[in-house]
Amino acid sequence: MIEVANLSKSYGDYQAVRGVTFSAAKGEIVGFLGPNGAGKTTTIRMLATYLPPTSGTATIAGFDIVKQAEKVRQKIGYLPENPPLYGEMTVSEYLKFIAEIKGISRSQVRLKIEEVLERCFISDVRHKLCQHLSRGYRQRVGLAQAIIHDPEVIILDEPTSGLDPRQIIEIRQLIQSLGKSHTVLLSTHILPEVSMVCNKVVIISNGQVVIESSLNQLTKEKDLEQIFLESVSREDVTVAAPTMNVA
Amino acid sequence: MRNILAICKRELLSFFVSPIAYFVITGFMLLVGFFFFNYLAFFARMYEMSQVMAFRGGQIPNLNQTVIEGLYQTMLVILVFLIPLLTMRIVAEEKRRGTFELLITSPVTVSEIVLGKFLSLAVIVVVMLSLSGIFPLLLVVYGSPEIPPMVSGFVGVVLCALGFASVGMAVSSFTENQIVAGVSSMVTLLLLYVIQAPAESLGGVAAEVLRYLSPIEQVQNLLRGVISLQSVAYFVSFITLGLFLSQRALEAHRWR
Repeated sequence: MIEVANLSKSYGDYQAVRGVTFSAAKGEIVGFLGPNGAGKTTTIRMLATYLPPTSGTATIAGFDIVKQAEKVRQKIGYLPENPPLYGEMTVSEYLKFIAEIKGISRSQVRLKIEEVLERCFISDVRHKLCQHLSRGYRQRVGLAQAIIHDPEVIILDEPTSGLDPRQIIEIRQLIQSLGKSHTVLLSTHILPEVSMVCNKVVIISNGQVVIESSLNQLTKEKDLEQIFLESVSREDVTVAAPTMNVA
Repeated sequence: MRNILAICKRELLSFFVSPIAYFVITGFMLLVGFFFFNYLAFFARMYEMSQVMAFRGGQIPNLNQTVIEGLYQTMLVILVFLIPLLTMRIVAEEKRRGTFELLITSPVTVSEIVLGKFLSLAVIVVVMLSLSGIFPLLLVVYGSPEIPPMVSGFVGVVLCALGFASVGMAVSSFTENQIVAGVSSMVTLLLLYVIQAPAESLGGVAAEVLRYLSPIEQVQNLLRGVISLQSVAYFVSFITLGLFLSQRALEAHRWR
């Protein structure tokens, strides 16, 4: 479903991502781990066709992220780090707009909206303005936006950041249920989350993949925390540059 | 087409939920109303004087020229300052709050985004100008102005306003700061408004070029009731250029 080959991105002299290679099969939930500034968000933005890679390629559902970006966009659901909401719209107005631009047929729009409202536990705020929502609800509306058109690949950039414990549990359950029929790429720096939700782990540090393995295999001998710290400290974590703020 | 309409509808919703559209439209009406009163009072005075002077061969002032054309000319100045207030948020705001990333990674093309947004601006501009059309219409009720130049002049003002809006949108597409977008479009439009000023002193080809580039020179024919193909072609290419620049600017985040 996702094939990433030698993907690189530099901003001027600074290399944010250096030759990242990994893959994800259909139905896998891949945890994309790394310390802050490791290049997670940049990689994800390239996969979501927001940024073009400096070199290397990736295919999603068989389509090239540069040459066939239009096709890729139809196949993915993407939740950026900050949920992209229009504050002045109500949740249902917002989802209706999303349904339209994601090409859901007119007769299906209502049905799909009802479906994601249920799925993401946001039915009770459907008539509220997005700007009045709490962080947890914003995150869930953002998630609803990403899955409304039933994409084959779902890309989530830190979907549980800023949520309270109960909301985290709900979102994790939701992601797990999504994993049954979709491929999910989930970036995070919360380790327990990965062991609970994912079946594959990719650890990235300083713009490079240091570990790619299935979760079961990886955690046979040591626990994930140890592995993470060891693999990351091989690189100089303190040098990791701050996340680029791309306009 | 559906994508364009979806984006246009969303923009209109934003415009009319926020107070911006109401304030700009109200301000425009207020200013145009004031100038209308002004021109009309001037006309009435001229008319009175012409009656007194009539036996000495005084000229009776023309309602179209004095009031309507004057009003249209003034509207163009007001638009230079108000259009940037309408256009400054159109893309900059999306970049600031991160919804830009959503739009770009959705299955809509950049051209659809540009056209959808421009369509929403066009709707607002036409609504605003049509509301101010009440003033010239009053003259039809109480006087007898010539209708054709009134209509062609209105079309000229609309074309000019759409051109201004396309420039404003292009400028807004280059930044994520609304104030920067607003000020830069105002400066750009003001420069365009006076671009023919040095024509006289320069003379020659330069003068011709500056006059051709000036939207204000180009709109004069329409204001006087002459529909010339050259002016219409000028405004169509003006708007197209603005849309093209917006489209390039929306892809600018990919250049780094």
